[in-house]
Amino acid sequence: MNTTKKLLACTALTVAAGAAFAAGHGNMADSMTLVSWGGAYQNSQQKAYVEPYLAMNEGVSATWDESSAEAVAKLRAMNEAGNVTWDLVDVVASDAIRLCDEGLAMEIDHDEMLAPAPDGTDASDDFGDLIVSDCFIPQIVYSTTFGYRTDMVPEGVDAPSQICDVFDLETYPGKRALERRPINNMEWALLCDGVAKDEVYDVLETDEGQDRALAKLDTIKDEVIWWSAGADTPQLLADGEIFMGSTYNGRLFSVIEEQDQPVGMMWDAQVFDLDGWIIPADLPEDRLARVMDFVRFATDTQRLADQAKYISYGPARESSAPLVSTHAELGIEMAPHMPTDPNNAENTFLYNYEFWADYRDDIDAKFQAWLAQ
Amino acid sequence: MSDTTDTGPVLAADGTPLKKSLSRALRMQKVRALMLIAPLLIFVLVTFIAPIVDMLFRSVENQIVSETLPRTTAALEEWDPDTGELPSDEVFEAAYYDIFIAAERKLHTRLGTRLNYEQTGVSSLFRKSGRGLDDIGEVYQDQFEDLNENWDEARPWAELMSDPDWIAAREAWDEDGAAPMPTYRLQSGISDVLPRTAEAYRIFAEFTQREDEDSPLEEEPWSMVHTALFQDLTEQDVSGYTGPQAAMLQGAAGAVGEFETISFRDGFVEIDEDWLDPEVWQTIQTYSPNYTTGYFLNAVDMQKTPDGPALRDEDERIYGLLFQRTMFMSLVITFSCILLAYPVAYLLSTLPMRKANLLMILVLLPFWTSLLVRTSAWKVMLQQQGVINDVLVWLGLVADESRLVMINNQFGTIVAMTHILLPFMILPMYSVMSTIPPSYVRAAKSLGASNWTAFWRVYFPQSVPGIGAGSILVFILAIGYYITPEIVGGTTGTFISNRIAYHISSSLNWGLAAALGTLLLVVVLGLYWAYDRIVGIDNVKLGG
Repeated sequence: MNTTKKLLACTALTVAAGAAFAAGHGNMADSMTLVSWGGAYQNSQQKAYVEPYLAMNEGVSATWDESSAEAVAKLRAMNEAGNVTWDLVDVVASDAIRLCDEGLAMEIDHDEMLAPAPDGTDASDDFGDLIVSDCFIPQIVYSTTFGYRTDMVPEGVDAPSQICDVFDLETYPGKRALERRPINNMEWALLCDGVAKDEVYDVLETDEGQDRALAKLDTIKDEVIWWSAGADTPQLLADGEIFMGSTYNGRLFSVIEEQDQPVGMMWDAQVFDLDGWIIPADLPEDRLARVMDFVRFATDTQRLADQAKYISYGPARESSAPLVSTHAELGIEMAPHMPTDPNNAENTFLYNYEFWADYRDDIDAKFQAWLAQ
Repeated sequence: MSDTTDTGPVLAADGTPLKKSLSRALRMQKVRALMLIAPLLIFVLVTFIAPIVDMLFRSVENQIVSETLPRTTAALEEWDPDTGELPSDEVFEAAYYDIFIAAERKLHTRLGTRLNYEQTGVSSLFRKSGRGLDDIGEVYQDQFEDLNENWDEARPWAELMSDPDWIAAREAWDEDGAAPMPTYRLQSGISDVLPRTAEAYRIFAEFTQREDEDSPLEEEPWSMVHTALFQDLTEQDVSGYTGPQAAMLQGAAGAVGEFETISFRDGFVEIDEDWLDPEVWQTIQTYSPNYTTGYFLNAVDMQKTPDGPALRDEDERIYGLLFQRTMFMSLVITFSCILLAYPVAYLLSTLPMRKANLLMILVLLPFWTSLLVRTSAWKVMLQQQGVINDVLVWLGLVADESRLVMINNQFGTIVAMTHILLPFMILPMYSVMSTIPPSYVRAAKSLGASNWTAFWRVYFPQSVPGIGAGSILVFILAIGYYITPEIVGGTTGTFISNRIAYHISSSLNWGLAAALGTLLLVVVLGLYWAYDRIVGIDNVKLGG
């Protein structure tokens, strides 16, 4: 048999096998476009469930699109153009709610479409309150919190441990980094202006309350560098540009543990937020079938626990928590680095989706005008 | 032409009038020329002009309100918000049907998002109401059910409301599925007996067939239909009705007098007390026309009020400031580019070829580096623990505690953008300067001019077209720049384009983004026009 014949035979075999495979799996598309954030987070998804899934399903391919930050705008544009090329989109919960509101995301029957916990608990009970929208399939709990340079703490002073230390320029002089948007900053400002935790949003609803929060932020405005990308604060901390700054807890974990920088974690008043999948509305049947198959696998108890090997975000399923093990490369226990760990979660804040859906435009206009002054 | 009228038309060789023949030949030529550029023209139109026009058009579009709430906006027309009173019960009734249908079509939250740009809180109000309006209908649905279980069944409802021919056709279609699905038809005359119910049921049936792809013969109607039926039965006399399911209908007609009722207004208030706020209704009324100036007003820090457009509160004004800042900084960047580029371009044009080429590569090198990398490099250079500050501290020029703040402000933006846009200034200057014959300056000097006079009176005027071209390029690029100010601009160095980007990708207020974009376009065109008037666009040269 010469080479050509061998090649032909191989090709024929492959085609036949492929056809048989396709027949066995009903009518499923053999490629998926997944949308995520890039970086370490996307890598954790790739390792924890995309690679295992592709290994189980030969002939299926997955493409990443790192567009989660503009997912809502892009999906809206795709929808208007009548050509949605994404199959599964990773978004924060507030964006999932907006996509659901706009009819751009598919509504999910969580119990039917997602795997139950190993002990048989329904998916909707396993995820519990984290299902903040009918379209949302939660993956992880992350938090926005502060990190500080341990070598910049003034002598004779304890390291900062309270949220209000951020506003205390006398004890803790130095630059701060805050996100260039009102969300979280306004809440922290009010908390440190003496507003009780459960009254923060009642106060923030009013004009006086908004002015009060801005006035509190005014006290540190000159010392603040405003960030817009999640990588900014870790860079500023690593370069010693700032004393303390807010960012996502996973970013701080990598600065502290992976890059070994002199940075400490401040968990007080960390703001919990969720990240998860949505499926774009009106996908063709074969693509939908493939995505449903993938999502069922990717959000089961073990897979979500596996993800915590690569990044310090808490799995969204209650049943995954006991399965969280050690970091894949560093070998350290991951549980103490989770925002949901009881030691870290003594004083927490949950992102108020409904409030910000209503007040975002209004308060943002004020906030940006205040910033520009 | 006077002699042609006197002596008759001049004829071409084939006997047609020369004028006609000539214009035909010219037309042929024009058509051929047009055909040649047609692919490009169509390409530009389809992929460039049309999307831009479409996007800009969003700045006035506002059909979403009247399309989602057609009955409410019509009913609200007569309401005068100045009285301070709530709209009438008819408006609440209209809003009930509108929002119920919108919720079924999943459009109510989209409208909520739209109106939330104008009034804070409407977003969640609509989301809640979409869920909550079922409670009103269920009051009646349950009572009809208690009366006769058939009111909870799909089939009797379908027989009562639908054309018997349609039922037969639909059943046949369910069997074989061939041919197009029969469009829904109401029973003739039912609209007179039960006007509201007929309308509500028709909407339900059409929606069920088209959107849900179910059969109205198998789906029980929405609670909205029961509400409509209750309203009809309290107002209409149905004793004369003899069609299908007459007994069921007349049985209900006798009983509705005893029904527990809930007014639409109370139903709305139960969902959310904000419906008692006249401002909500006023917002709907103000934004009910199909086209609005609201976005443009917003883009110039104004808002719609009952007394006409008014300036926003001082703490909410931002766009005027940003437009001014964008203009000012773009001008500063353009002038810094001129200052830096002129000597470089001069050197390039006078050096011998080999050295000039090397220098040219250095000028072009930044073009081959990613924009993000170049901008981030400036971060490393300029930050407080950065290269420049370190050097200054090492030299002892600056104390360690008072390192210079050179980034995350206007200065950082100007430095970084001047660097990035510099090649766009150098290249046109260079191509103009390289065509200026050196003999002119030599001639001036030989006639006794000093070096300065020779440069200023002879060389410089000839290089002005290059400066003009470079300035226009750099200024127009700078005015729409987005990524560099975003990264190094901090709070005082951001441009209007950063806000446009925010509204496109974050707040999703595309109408406002389009309005801001249109204004920016108008400003640029205005400046271009002014430039043409003052300097003259013929004076601009990109080369030879």
